[in-house]
Amino acid sequence: MTEFTERLLTSPRKDANDRFRLIWLIIIPLIAILFQVYVPRFLSFLSYLELPLLITVHYALASRGPIAAVFYGMSIGLVQDSLSHQPIGMFGIVKTLVGYFAASVSMRFDVENPLVTFILSFFFYFFHQFFYWVLQRALLGDTLLFDFQQTLLFGLLNAAVALPLFRILDKLKVAG
Amino acid sequence: MDFFLSRYRNLSVLLIVIVAQLLLIAYQVKSNKDVPMLRVWAVTAVTPVEASLEFIRRHTWGYVADYFVLLNVRSQNEKLKQENGQLKLDNQYLKSELSTADRARALSVFQSRSPSKFLAARVIGNGTGANSKVVFVDRGAASAVENGMAVVTPDGIVGKVVDAYPTASLVMLITDGNFAAGVVSEKNHVRGTLKGVGHGQCQVDYVQNEEKLDVGEWFYTSGDDRIFPKGFPVGQVTVVRTGKTFKEIYVNPSGLQGGAEEVLIVLQGVHQPIPDAASAAPGYKILAAPTDASAQTPQAEGGQPSVLVTDADRLREQYKQAGAAQNHVFGEGTPGSKPPDFTKIQGIRGSTPPPLTPKPVVPNAQPGATANTGAAQTGKPPLNPQPGTAANPGATSAIKPPASKPPATEPVSASAPPKTRPRPTAPILITDPTDADPDATPPPPKSEKPAPKPPVIRQPNPGNHD
Repeated sequence: MTEFTERLLTSPRKDANDRFRLIWLIIIPLIAILFQVYVPRFLSFLSYLELPLLITVHYALASRGPIAAVFYGMSIGLVQDSLSHQPIGMFGIVKTLVGYFAASVSMRFDVENPLVTFILSFFFYFFHQFFYWVLQRALLGDTLLFDFQQTLLFGLLNAAVALPLFRILDKLKVAG
Repeated sequence: MDFFLSRYRNLSVLLIVIVAQLLLIAYQVKSNKDVPMLRVWAVTAVTPVEASLEFIRRHTWGYVADYFVLLNVRSQNEKLKQENGQLKLDNQYLKSELSTADRARALSVFQSRSPSKFLAARVIGNGTGANSKVVFVDRGAASAVENGMAVVTPDGIVGKVVDAYPTASLVMLITDGNFAAGVVSEKNHVRGTLKGVGHGQCQVDYVQNEEKLDVGEWFYTSGDDRIFPKGFPVGQVTVVRTGKTFKEIYVNPSGLQGGAEEVLIVLQGVHQPIPDAASAAPGYKILAAPTDASAQTPQAEGGQPSVLVTDADRLREQYKQAGAAQNHVFGEGTPGSKPPDFTKIQGIRGSTPPPLTPKPVVPNAQPGATANTGAAQTGKPPLNPQPGTAANPGATSAIKPPASKPPATEPVSASAPPKTRPRPTAPILITDPTDADPDATPPPPKSEKPAPKPPVIRQPNPGNHD
């Protein structure tokens, strides 16, 4: 194991004790959801930006607490479900899993590393889309096709957006 | 158990949360019911913010955009003035005016002309999800919007209301994968089911391969789905392919061209006819449809067409005329009463051929005399010109008395409109001596020339002292 990979895997976070204020925990997801429902009307290419997912991933990586991440992901997902025409719980389940796995992963990796952030964001976007598609087919019986190439492309775009977004969100944390 | 929960605390919480949500989904899918409380909360929290953002955007960025547009127009106008003069400048101005025509005005015009009852609404946001094809509009249950109402624009259908909240409604666009509506094509009247496919186009399914359909043909709503009133445009066919069982038909939805911002929610739909292919496909000159004589001629008594088509019709008409001439009303006679004398009908006996020469006109003598006037007015010859009727003007002229001595009663001419006159008191004219009625006056002599004294029936006329 090289020094670089060892640092990626074992380096402790400097701001492990930093926490978000409660108000930001509410406002940030709301802004992300508002962005998702409002902005694509004018800039349609931004409809593939899954900001609520990125917020969930960031919170899970930052909090390192699986239980908190589970409930945070579930809450964001349920609000998303409420604004969609699908049964409530579809986004909730997917984001619950994303929150749990992201929080679990954050205990093993140095999630402040941009490369790790990029890879995790890409992975969780792909996981989110794929699992949502599986749920649609399995629970609702929808016969939709999974566009693999498009999902990969949008995963890369979301991961690229995640890098500066996570930096900005880190600034909102306060020292614990 | 306690050991398990404490040892695998995180996993236990995850499983509980997942199972709870799975049960929630199962309940919704199984019972086909929703969880309105969560949705109402979320929508009520989000849509006012959306509406505010939209208001701010319209009154800030909208003005800024207008400012830049005006700047551009001004510089463009100056350039055109230098290049092409005032005429081209005016043209540019008019084009600009046309292109920036107010959509709301177009909506209101459509609203006033259409028989359906609409509610104007504005799109204020999209649904969540990357592949979502649902939008929020700023009218909800408080404005009498209900689930299942159709959403249209003057250009075509847009979608349907899937959830009506107090302040807003969720509209599923026709491009959504779960959307379906009954449609019928304009030219060949092919019926199918419109389905969204998740991107810009829609598919029309369940059209047999044997059905004829052309690229460029328009589809309209058929009204079969009980959501969209019949006759609303849907879109133009872009692709027609023969599939395994059904045709593969793709339609370019006309209602979503350029993005729907102002829409109309159909509160009370009224079915409309599918427009003709000629009117819906401008650019081709099509001749007027041929004149239908039966459509223009008045209907005879009993709903029978006045133009007699078959021999049975003609025979029936002859019997009716004979009965009417003898003041007999068919269907009212009691058993044993005297029937009408059908021996007066020409040609009723096999040995009596119908007369070849025109007969003199007996004005007002035959109640059925006006039966063919409609055909005469249309300029077409009647199918069965009856002797002694106005539809046979040659006969009229053949027996017309000298001009110096006009008849007391004007003969019915082809150009004169039929008049309502009293029932004739004159006897029936019979040409066949064997059928002669002993009470009737003798028929005029058969001759090609006008008779010296035509049998003019005089009506009692107090003003005529001849």
